[in-house]
Amino acid sequence: MMRVFERPESLTEKQMHYCPGCTHGIIHRLTAEAIDQLGIREKTIGVASVGCSVFAYDYFNCDMQQAAHGRAPAVATGIKRVLPDRVVFTYQGDGDLASIGTAEIVHAAARGENITVIFVNNAIYGMTSGQMAPTTLLGQKTTTTPRGRTVHDNGYPIRMSELLATLDGAAYIERVSTHDPKHVMQAGKAIKKAFTMQLEGRGFALVEVLSTCSVNWGLSPQEALEWMRDNMVPYYPLGVFKDVTREEEQA
Amino acid sequence: MAKVLMKGNEAIAEAAIRAGCRAFYGYPITPQNEIPNYMALHLPERGGVYLQAESEVSAINMVYGAAGCGVRVMTSSSSPGISLKAEGISYIAAAELPCVIVNVMRCGPGLGGIHPSQGDYFQAVKGGGHGDYRLIVLAPGSVQEMADLTFEAFDLADKWRNPVMVLADGLLGQMMEPVEFIDREPQMVPKPWATTGAEGRKPNIINTLDIVPESLEKRNYALAEKYARIADEETRWQEYKIEDADLIIAAYGTSARAARSAVDMAREKGMRVGLIRPISLWPFPSAPFAEAADGTRQFLVVEMSMGQLIEDVRLAVNGRGVVHFINRLGGMVPTPPEIYSKIEAILQGGEVQ
Repeated sequence: MMRVFERPESLTEKQMHYCPGCTHGIIHRLTAEAIDQLGIREKTIGVASVGCSVFAYDYFNCDMQQAAHGRAPAVATGIKRVLPDRVVFTYQGDGDLASIGTAEIVHAAARGENITVIFVNNAIYGMTSGQMAPTTLLGQKTTTTPRGRTVHDNGYPIRMSELLATLDGAAYIERVSTHDPKHVMQAGKAIKKAFTMQLEGRGFALVEVLSTCSVNWGLSPQEALEWMRDNMVPYYPLGVFKDVTREEEQA
Repeated sequence: MAKVLMKGNEAIAEAAIRAGCRAFYGYPITPQNEIPNYMALHLPERGGVYLQAESEVSAINMVYGAAGCGVRVMTSSSSPGISLKAEGISYIAAAELPCVIVNVMRCGPGLGGIHPSQGDYFQAVKGGGHGDYRLIVLAPGSVQEMADLTFEAFDLADKWRNPVMVLADGLLGQMMEPVEFIDREPQMVPKPWATTGAEGRKPNIINTLDIVPESLEKRNYALAEKYARIADEETRWQEYKIEDADLIIAAYGTSARAARSAVDMAREKGMRVGLIRPISLWPFPSAPFAEAADGTRQFLVVEMSMGQLIEDVRLAVNGRGVVHFINRLGGMVPTPPEIYSKIEAILQGGEVQ
C-alpha cells in the first residue's frame, strides 16, 4: 500500500489550538512540508511571534525561539548572524509584523537579512478578541472599529509586501492566499521558494499568506473563505512583488 | 602583561572580546559610543559579529536570539536606551539566557543630559522591565574594574544562565586610566539547551510563555530560588578603613572615588571615617552594613541620584544607625571637599537627620 498523505516530520503531534475555519493550520503544514522537502529540519531554527500563532513553538518539530511582540525579525537576525549556516525563519501575523514590528521587519529587509519570513495576514487581531489591525479593510467591523474602519479615524490598510518590495535588500516577496485548494498549492510553492532563496544565500525572503479569522470576522468557515476571496484579494493582490532570480534571468 | 592607557568604554569592549564575546548588537547613544565603535573595528577581525541595529529595542532582541544559540553576546547603551531595552531584558531574564548588558549611565529623567549620573540604580537593581526577575548588577569604580568586571560578567552570565548588567557612568566611560587585562581563559560552559538546529536530538525551545498558572508559579519560584543562590555566592563589596569608623560612607562607582578621597581627608583631621563600596549592586551587600550597624555608628550615603542607593542601605542598617545623605544631580559629580564638609558637619557639628 502506498502512503500518499501523512504528517510532515517538521510538525509535532501536538493538537493545534486554532479555531475552526482558521487557516493557520494549513500554513503551518505548508511551512513544515517545505522544510521536509528541502531536508533542512535538523538545521532549521524557527522564531514564533505574538498573536494567534504564539504557540507555534509547540507545533514545529525543529529548534524554536519565542520572540517578544513584533521582534521576531530582530531575534532571527541575532540567530542568523551567529549561525549563518543554519536556516532561520519567522512566523508572524499582521498585528505583529505590520503594526508593532514595522521597524524590525523593514530593517531586516533593508539589511538583506538572509532569513525567511512567513507573514500571515488575516486583517484582524485574533488572539486579543478581534481588534482592528493595520491590515483591516476599510469598512470592516472589528471590536475597536465597531462601526467599520474609516479613513478619517484609522487611515488606510498597509500593503506590506508592496512596501517591502521597494527595498533593495529584499530578494523575494510574494503574496499568496489560502481561499481554495489551488491557491493553497501555490502558497506551498511560494513558501518552499522562500526557503530556497535563503539556502542560496540571496537575502530577505517573505511570503505574505492571506488567511481567515472566521470567529472574529463573524462568519462560518466557508463564508470566511469566500469573504477573503471577495474582499481581501482585491485589496491585497496576489503575485510576486520581488524576485531577484527572475530579475537575473531577465538581465 | 603591560598596562595600557585606555578609556573606560574601550576597556569594557576589549575585555568583552577577551572574555569570548562573539556578537555585539548596539545602537548609538552618548556617552557609551566608544564601546560599539571599538567593537565595530575589532570584533569582526577577532572572529565575532558586529551589527548596528535599527533601535535599542531591536538590539536587545538580537541579543536574545544570539544568546539563545549559546553564543557569548553583549549590548551596551546609556540610560534612555536601557529603558528601551527593558522589555527585552525581562524576556532574556525569563528565558534564562546568558548575556551582558552595559549601561553607561547619563542623567535623566527623559532625554536628560549626556553627563554622568547614577539615576538608573532602581532600574538596574529593582526591575526596569516587567515581572519578577533579577539582573546581576556589577558596578565598576575604575577603568581597571570596567575591564575586570566585564570579563567576569560573561562567566557569571553563563554560570547562572542570567543576564548580567555592568552599571557604569559617563565619567567612568570617558576617563582614561592604565588597565591590565585579566590573563586567564574565560570559563566556558556547555549549553545543551541552545537552539543550534535539532540535529540528532529533540528540538530545543527558548520560550517565556506559560499560560498555566500552576506551572508559571512554579517557574517563578524556581527563578527566585536561583536568585537566592546567586545572592549567597556572588555578593561583592570593598571595605576601606571601617574597623574603627564612627561614620561609614556607602557609595559605588564614581561617587565612591570621591568618597574615598573624602575619607582620607577626614582621617587626616583625625575623624574616624570608612567606606563600604558595593560592587555587586544586586545582589546588594547588606551583610557588611548590618554588621557595622551596632548602634554606635552613623552612615552617610553618597550618590549621583535622588535617594536610590540610600533605600538599600537603610534596609540593611534596619534602624540601627542614623543614615545621612549627600548627592549631586543632573550631571554634577560630588567632590571630595563637599563630601568632607558633610562628614565634618555630621561628626563635629552634630548634624542630625
